[in-house]
Amino acid sequence: MEFYVSALILGLCLAAVALGIFISMKIFRIPDITTDGSYTLGAVVTAVLLTRHCPLIVVIPAVILSGGLAGCATGLVHTKLRIDALLAGILVMTALYSVNLSLMGRSTIPLVNVTNIFASYPLIAALVAIAVLTLLLSYVLRTDFGIAMRATGDSESMTRALGVNNDRMKVIGLAIANALTALGGFLVAQYQGFTDINMGIGVVITGLGSVLISDRLIRWFRIRPIWLQLPVVILGSLVFQLVLAFTLSIGVDPNLLKLITALFVLAIVGAPVLRLKKAA
Amino acid sequence: MIQLNAIHKVFNPGEPTQVTALDGVTLAVETGSFVVLVGANGSGKTTLLNVIAGAVLPSSGAVVFDGADVTRLAEHRRSRWVARVFQNPLSGTAPELSILDNFRLAALRTSPKGLRIGVSDSFRRLVRDRIATLGMGLEAKIDQPMGTLSGGQRQALTLLMSVMDKTSILLLDEPTAALDPRSAALIMRTADHLAREYRLTTILITHNLRDAHTYGNRLIMMSEGRVVRDLTAAAKTALQLADLAEWFG
Repeated sequence: MEFYVSALILGLCLAAVALGIFISMKIFRIPDITTDGSYTLGAVVTAVLLTRHCPLIVVIPAVILSGGLAGCATGLVHTKLRIDALLAGILVMTALYSVNLSLMGRSTIPLVNVTNIFASYPLIAALVAIAVLTLLLSYVLRTDFGIAMRATGDSESMTRALGVNNDRMKVIGLAIANALTALGGFLVAQYQGFTDINMGIGVVITGLGSVLISDRLIRWFRIRPIWLQLPVVILGSLVFQLVLAFTLSIGVDPNLLKLITALFVLAIVGAPVLRLKKAA
Repeated sequence: MIQLNAIHKVFNPGEPTQVTALDGVTLAVETGSFVVLVGANGSGKTTLLNVIAGAVLPSSGAVVFDGADVTRLAEHRRSRWVARVFQNPLSGTAPELSILDNFRLAALRTSPKGLRIGVSDSFRRLVRDRIATLGMGLEAKIDQPMGTLSGGQRQALTLLMSVMDKTSILLLDEPTAALDPRSAALIMRTADHLAREYRLTTILITHNLRDAHTYGNRLIMMSEGRVVRDLTAAAKTALQLADLAEWFG
């Protein structure tokens, strides 16, 4: 039982990453690999500041800012230098590895005897954190700015004709997406009790898998209002972590976890295509 | 008033694919006039419209709106004056967004899109009333995604969206090319009606000679990047459809 509760909390923490991927992937249709780096960056900033006993009121804005800057970097490389978004993300992610390592000064920082939002009621803390993020994001997406943002990913010719600076919008969008991802790093670092330089490897796939699960559900139940889609993204993250937890519980070697994650995402992406072929 | 002074546009200069799309176009379009632009494919019509909209920057020459030089102003900034309807009905609307959200964005064409929720009950009513004027029954569907509508319906809504915010110039680039005859007729009637009601300076590109003959109060023909014929209202009224067809002979 404890095992599944822990998967649930991890799913909630990683829901922040899923929300970030939802923005970059579903709203802007940009596959943003910066995620692996900005997630670690969030965790690194958290560890560095918490071990220096900074209060959360400093740590949280710093995490948001760091992730936002990483997203801006990718956005600027993509829009100003006209470099493919995927490549821009990989460039920034690679650069962030060194940034993270020099910020930490070593490859792992344990978070013991420091402030931790999961100290007493971890499940409630995770729920509250994600609820606040979701409410904020749902508000932003319903504002005039949010409509412009959603339209940018949908029809650039339209938004340009309606006075939207598409390039600027993409930079802001990637900044928001990576700020959310960094917050995911902030949560997971505290939950697992340490920050590790390699903790971001493959996290983009975890986020993507969660968003793909939620996408199936959103299509299935025809969920149209954007504020209703966000909770489904969180549900996607929970399902994803529970499936992984189940795989481990039946005795699969933890070293194979990344392979299983990749295969699971492949199954979600590939299944509808295979089914269509069979039908045809 | 739109003024174009000696506009030249060369695509891919210095490369084997170099094309002169506009070869010294000088044109003044009076406020409130409805110009129909005809000409063979490749004559420079769309490039001219794109130069006015700011989607294409001219190689040389100047674009002036009401005395203000906008030649170097990017498209999203020029949208303060210009509303566009594209040939492809999909280009002027966002398919995944609801009809209501599409209209909200259109209502903010000339203003910043801020962090406040602008889709209020009164805005819903306004959109519903405007859409009802089309008589297509779409006012009941404003919460549906735009993508669920047909090309004709989307094009009709795009036209309405163009007057949701203050507009002085309306650019129509073959707005009916992808539509069936009935939808096409409705779009043309709506465009004509809106152009009159809001006193818009309208430029319409069309390959439909009947529309070119019926609508507008000025007719311009382009060929190889130049204006080769320019008929004022009186001359246009006197023009027979058969004469117009002969231009393309």
